[in-house]
Amino acid sequence: MDKPKGFFVGLKCRECGRLYPAEAIHVCEFCFGPLEVDYDYAAIRRAISREKIAGRAKTMWRYKELLPIQGEPTVGMQVGFTPLIKADRLARALGLRECYIKNDTVNYPTLSFKDRVVSVALSRARELGFTTVACASTGNLANSVAANAASAGLRSYVLIPADLEQPKILGSLIFGSNVVGIQGAYDQVNRLCSEIAGKYGWAFVNVNIRPYYAEGSKTISYEIVEQLGWTVPQHMVVCMASGSLLTKVHKGLHELVKVGLAPSADCRIHGAQATGCAPISHAFKNGTDIIKPVAQPRTIAKSLAIGTPADGYYAIKSMKESGGSCEDATDEEIIEGIRLLASTEGIFAETAGGVTVACARKLVASGVIPHNQSVVLCITGHGLKTHEAVMGHCGHPRVIHAKLSEFDEKVYQADSRKHAETPA
Amino acid sequence: MPTKVRIPTPLRKITRDQEVVEVDSCATIGQLIESLEKDYPGMKERLCDEKGEVRRFINVYLNDEDIRFLKNRDTPVKSGDEVSIVPAIAGG
Repeated sequence: MDKPKGFFVGLKCRECGRLYPAEAIHVCEFCFGPLEVDYDYAAIRRAISREKIAGRAKTMWRYKELLPIQGEPTVGMQVGFTPLIKADRLARALGLRECYIKNDTVNYPTLSFKDRVVSVALSRARELGFTTVACASTGNLANSVAANAASAGLRSYVLIPADLEQPKILGSLIFGSNVVGIQGAYDQVNRLCSEIAGKYGWAFVNVNIRPYYAEGSKTISYEIVEQLGWTVPQHMVVCMASGSLLTKVHKGLHELVKVGLAPSADCRIHGAQATGCAPISHAFKNGTDIIKPVAQPRTIAKSLAIGTPADGYYAIKSMKESGGSCEDATDEEIIEGIRLLASTEGIFAETAGGVTVACARKLVASGVIPHNQSVVLCITGHGLKTHEAVMGHCGHPRVIHAKLSEFDEKVYQADSRKHAETPA
Repeated sequence: MPTKVRIPTPLRKITRDQEVVEVDSCATIGQLIESLEKDYPGMKERLCDEKGEVRRFINVYLNDEDIRFLKNRDTPVKSGDEVSIVPAIAGG
């Protein structure tokens, strides 16, 4: 394989530092550590500037020098640059002075942050000559692989736990993807995929293409910092399944400093998990970086239900290095979190977003995040994909006949009485 | 009584393609690794880092329990125990 023409040099083992060519490989042959993309940061520093970025299209590809593809992107051209919202009403509810939502519920085309990683993975998979792409997924990744593969004319296989939320299953089938439901939890899906990957010459985005794929998550940090006028928030709260997103958000901040785009990376990064599957949070709270797998995850946040988190160790490292911490939230707290975000900011997040809001709330309440500091919550997926989790928790519509008198009596007057009873 | 050790595919070059090898009785996992190294030179540097600790992305199980949740290298090995070496699954 030719030496890559982009700003990345090859792959490097994160544990032992051995170098590898930029192929579809993800594990060090020697020590079994994960491989990571190796960049020429000095060259990137010379090539990139705030002005140059400002002149480019409002997608995550405006930071293409920091992404591991050789040529121009060919998949997911419109992805990213999602809104960063100043969430004043939520801030008030949480007791914060300054709070922002990075709103990846409106990412293109499948309404979750996974569109970022998949755009990189499929663009790179094409450069490597693959025509079939695949993934192990808890739903959002499957949706994004299915949609992006369809638009790129690639064949796709998505493997998911068979008991996922219906919209996440339909949201893959509709694109003509080959959807395979596995009887078992996500970790069993992942184990099977690690056996399949390589066998049929497919690009498994989160297995043999993982070093490239995972880099897409860094763009969340790049965008937040640019959207804040090239300043860094004091805190970020990020949900964790495998722990990859948090690790890359941390890496992204430090890269901005390395290439001269941001003055500092001084941001405390806090991880958020669901209590029913919180292996990283438990390890963090117990003061260890050895993660005890959760054999049977039990949480409504199915997208975070990974019992054996591949990047858990590195996520703990990132939280510690950044001065951050870790929380987890029960199903009840998750539902409250979803409703709080919806009722204060008009954003309907999926269960993972509820986890992030609920954990942020706990971190503020316990004083870990001080009231007078700035916080960005990374909201990673849309609520319509997990509507069944909140169904029945938001009340029901009142059904009346199409008569003015009925509206007057059963709606207007009833509500006037209710408002009179409730102190303002 | 010798201890049975299950070897993962990527390390079978060292064990001359044997999936299960037997090592003479050892008191601890640490001694078992030394014993493996004696019979199959090159094994130790693949399993352990410079400090002699089992590498982060290698899991060693004693009868299905990860030795990290026992006593690591000092985990006692009894007659009839079975040891498995399994690289961590990346991905997901």
